[in-house]
Amino acid sequence: MTTAIEQTPSQTSDQLDAQTTAKTGAQLPQLHEPRNPGMPLDLDWVSRVQANTSAIERRCATLPGRRSVKKDYQAAWLLKAITCIDLTTLSGDDTVGRAARLCAKAKTPVRADILAELGVEGITTGAVCVYHDMVESAVAALKGSGIPVAAVSTGFPAGLSPLHLRVEEIRESVKAGAKEIDIVISRRHVLSQNWQALYDEMKAFREACGDAHVKAILATGELGSLRNVARASLICMMAGADFIKTSTGKESVNATLPVTLVMIRAIRDYHDRTGYRVGYKPAGGISKAKDAITYLALIKEELGDRWLQPDLFRFGASSLLGDIERQLEHHVTGAYSASNRHAMG
Amino acid sequence: MTVKEIFKTMDYGPAPESAADALAWLVDQGDRFGHFIDGAFTAPADGFDSKNPATGEILATLSQATQTDVDSAVAAARKAQPKWAKLGGHGRAKHMYALARLLQKHARLLAVLETLDNGKPIRESRDIDIPLVQRHFYHHAGMAQLMEDELPGREALGVCGQVIPWNFPLLMLAWKVAPALAMGNTVVLKPAEYTSLTALCFADLCRKAGLPKGVVNIVTGDGAVGEMITTHSDIDKVAFTGSTAVGRHIRRATAGQGKGLTLELGGKSPYIVFDDADIDSAIEGLVDAIWFNQGQVCCAGSRLLVQEGIADYFHAKLKARMDKLRVGNPMDKCIDMGALADPVQLQTVATMVDACDSGEVHRAAAELPANGCYYPPTLISGLSPADPLMQEEIFGPVLVTSTFRTQAEVVELANNTRYGLAATVWTENLNLALDIAPKLAAGVVWINGANMFDAAAGFGGVRESGFGREGGWEGLSAYTKPIRKTKPLKKVEAFVGSECAPMGVDRTAKLYIGGKQARPDGGYSRDVWSKQGKHLGEVPISGRKDVRNAVEAARGAKAWSKTTGHLRAQILYYIAENLSARAEEFAKRINDLTGGKDGAKEVEVSIQRLFTYAAWADKYDGAAKGVPIRGVALSIKEPVGVIGTICSDEAPLLGLISAMAPAIAMGNRVVLAASEAFPLVATDFYQILDTSDVPGGVVNILTGPHEDLADTLAKHMDVDAVWCFSSSDLSEMVERESASNLKRTWVNNGESRDWLGADGQGKPFLEAATEVKTIWIPYGE
Repeated sequence: MTTAIEQTPSQTSDQLDAQTTAKTGAQLPQLHEPRNPGMPLDLDWVSRVQANTSAIERRCATLPGRRSVKKDYQAAWLLKAITCIDLTTLSGDDTVGRAARLCAKAKTPVRADILAELGVEGITTGAVCVYHDMVESAVAALKGSGIPVAAVSTGFPAGLSPLHLRVEEIRESVKAGAKEIDIVISRRHVLSQNWQALYDEMKAFREACGDAHVKAILATGELGSLRNVARASLICMMAGADFIKTSTGKESVNATLPVTLVMIRAIRDYHDRTGYRVGYKPAGGISKAKDAITYLALIKEELGDRWLQPDLFRFGASSLLGDIERQLEHHVTGAYSASNRHAMG
Repeated sequence: MTVKEIFKTMDYGPAPESAADALAWLVDQGDRFGHFIDGAFTAPADGFDSKNPATGEILATLSQATQTDVDSAVAAARKAQPKWAKLGGHGRAKHMYALARLLQKHARLLAVLETLDNGKPIRESRDIDIPLVQRHFYHHAGMAQLMEDELPGREALGVCGQVIPWNFPLLMLAWKVAPALAMGNTVVLKPAEYTSLTALCFADLCRKAGLPKGVVNIVTGDGAVGEMITTHSDIDKVAFTGSTAVGRHIRRATAGQGKGLTLELGGKSPYIVFDDADIDSAIEGLVDAIWFNQGQVCCAGSRLLVQEGIADYFHAKLKARMDKLRVGNPMDKCIDMGALADPVQLQTVATMVDACDSGEVHRAAAELPANGCYYPPTLISGLSPADPLMQEEIFGPVLVTSTFRTQAEVVELANNTRYGLAATVWTENLNLALDIAPKLAAGVVWINGANMFDAAAGFGGVRESGFGREGGWEGLSAYTKPIRKTKPLKKVEAFVGSECAPMGVDRTAKLYIGGKQARPDGGYSRDVWSKQGKHLGEVPISGRKDVRNAVEAARGAKAWSKTTGHLRAQILYYIAENLSARAEEFAKRINDLTGGKDGAKEVEVSIQRLFTYAAWADKYDGAAKGVPIRGVALSIKEPVGVIGTICSDEAPLLGLISAMAPAIAMGNRVVLAASEAFPLVATDFYQILDTSDVPGGVVNILTGPHEDLADTLAKHMDVDAVWCFSSSDLSEMVERESASNLKRTWVNNGESRDWLGADGQGKPFLEAATEVKTIWIPYGE
């Protein structure tokens, strides 16, 4: 039923880093991990899941006081955060032009003089994330950059359109060139405890993705409890999700540290049990450089350094980059920065 | 490392807090400190160096107090006390508010100073210690404000001598000083010699706050200075936090001096994880339980008990978590554990662990700095209760672990210790959590958490973890006393005589043990005579073995402690009913024994008193405390356990009932030593108990010489408290011998009590008959 850890091919992060740098010189999402093939639905495991909300909140509340990165370390961590950003636009008024502007920013997220001062080059965001209609133009705009395009799909954000249309939407986006598909799960399956349906749905989505990687958006703000978040995380991984993601950005509560802790602990358990590493993407509400560092620290503490790479960690964010740019300029000059000094996305 | 390299390694790197301001403060003080006495610092004298345990650097030179220094500190406190008390609640509240404000304004200075001096991570002193210090002063400013309204009939004790440890230097100062000041006491406090700097900084703040001279006095030095304070003849109350060994010594040294005493001592607190717990959170909880403050925490969850089915899984995960802990420079904002407080402590911990020859020792993979008092987070698994490290307090970052099968078994394992400070329970099952919490022998129980503290919630232990509570309303009884008038108590002598008359059918008075009448083990009796010298009968002379049997019977009657207040009330009313039916006979007996005329009144008041405690049985409520978490901190009142009472001589029935009734109303079981001079009414009284549905063992009655009975009871390790109202002068002996297991004591210090009046009943009796247990229940889904 499960795969033991030692049977799974895995590489150390040193090896991976060496490959990454050798191949591209840039921090692109090189997917060296064997993809999570999923596993049969294990409801015993799902039903054993516990999540003590108060304890989880305490852990999250004390973490920023326990982990702090300063000076060059902070700059390096912020650069890392940039490489993990899915630079996103998901608005009703998105146009081809808007998407193109975003892609240009994804390719050069930080002013060249700042990067030069930091002695770093080849920084890009992890991906660009758009609605289906923008995929083709984004792919074209990013051609040659190695930056993948992610498409939100399956009736995003509510996920309540007919199942066959949702599956078809994935296929269309993949056909249009999306390398990553951010699907939304049916929250009703979680809320009615219909785990089999959730598993089957996720499996169908994964299958429709083909070679494109699939990120499962749990819409945690609508799941009612942290225990439900943990259960849904496990089921999506069992059904073959490559990433699990908190939210669409459209719920009233999006990514939070407690939800993150629950999801990454599920990822850790899944890895312990199967040997497969599933990625994590918090999305919505992360707009400050300081928050990004706290997220990275939480990942480092709970999952380990291997997860601090764009193939296993992404921020779904639109305004985070701006704050990081200002912080980096502050690091370089010692003076606080202003947003008009950095190019818009 | 370059940014590019860090980008690859994603290391944390150093994140040091600056020590500059704290070091500058030390320089401003001349790097040398005297004592703070009567509102001013004395000239620095010979003493000792205060070192940073992380580096060995000398931070300052402190003075070793002499007897003269302590005398003048006590004299200053004595002189200041009446005025401070007379200032009134609001006046004191204003001073304490000012102190709280100053503690807030200088928060970072205090935090940095604390970390430099003690070695604890700056995160802890900044985010935990100092905020709790401020909270304690704010909370108790409020207590001062409310004292007159809410504590009528109580007054300050006077001058408090306070000796505090090095693990939470300023926080322990706050726990001691704030309630004392709020209630109108003045203090002489000695910080630990390793960690005196924040106390001296606090003294400086007292000066800034314009606190009246002499209200707070701080003297520095080693244990010898502590001894000078605790045994000082002009100190009214001693409060000590520290090791059980020193606590025991203080109990003996202060015996019979009429001082109030509270002790907050060691522990080996169980950390229980049931198989339905949120395991990752339970493991994270251990980080707060045993690796908080390098494990130098009296209430550290140092004894892990994991349910068998999840034990391997749990331990594997725990080891992985331990390997993530970062140990290093306490001033670094990115570490989990700093330095132990002193090289001596480091050596103690290392020696204890090295001596452990069973189990498996896992040391966390953490990199330790080359120099300084560092010890790695350590787990010793596979131990059983018989292993010394499962019983002895290590006071370092060392967790020992064992497994259990059932709830019943884990309660036994958890309570299989001489200590009883705190306990943690992890389960997602509320039924289980609330069922087990009252069964654990501990003053504090944390459900799904560890080391939660607040000024509004009582903290303190049972058994050899000490007595008294700090924090909350319950903490105030340690710093106040009832306003009452007493006279020196004169020994009540038994009458002698020779006039024997035929008395019809013989009545044989026996001992009453385990619900049965029992002949004394020694087989001796003594004659009882009336004032006129008439022979009234014989009473058994109880010996050691009778005490043993009575305590055993009382221990066995543990079901009584689980009965409802309603049931206990009914039984108390029933005793009153049956006594009332034989009122005349008892009144006559009392008059015959005492040679007085108040027999009828004594019986009447006895009946009233039984009613009083029947009334209280289901009304002495606990409380839900206003602690700043999403959750509740319940303070529940639990029976103390087995209470041995040396009853009043002068009121042979009322004295016995006045002690018995509150004790059993609260669920205790008692061993009563009847009036030595006039015992025969007590032996009549067991007939009343027999007909009143009192379960066997709940009340046991012995007769015989108070001195012998008190000695055996005070020494007995299975007795939880001894009350002594004897007219013999036994206070010193009872307090001294109680140190054997640090049982609670309540002695009369040779002073009278008006048993017929209000002084013979009320809150002090209920308080002595109960222990406050604080159960923290964070919640949220």
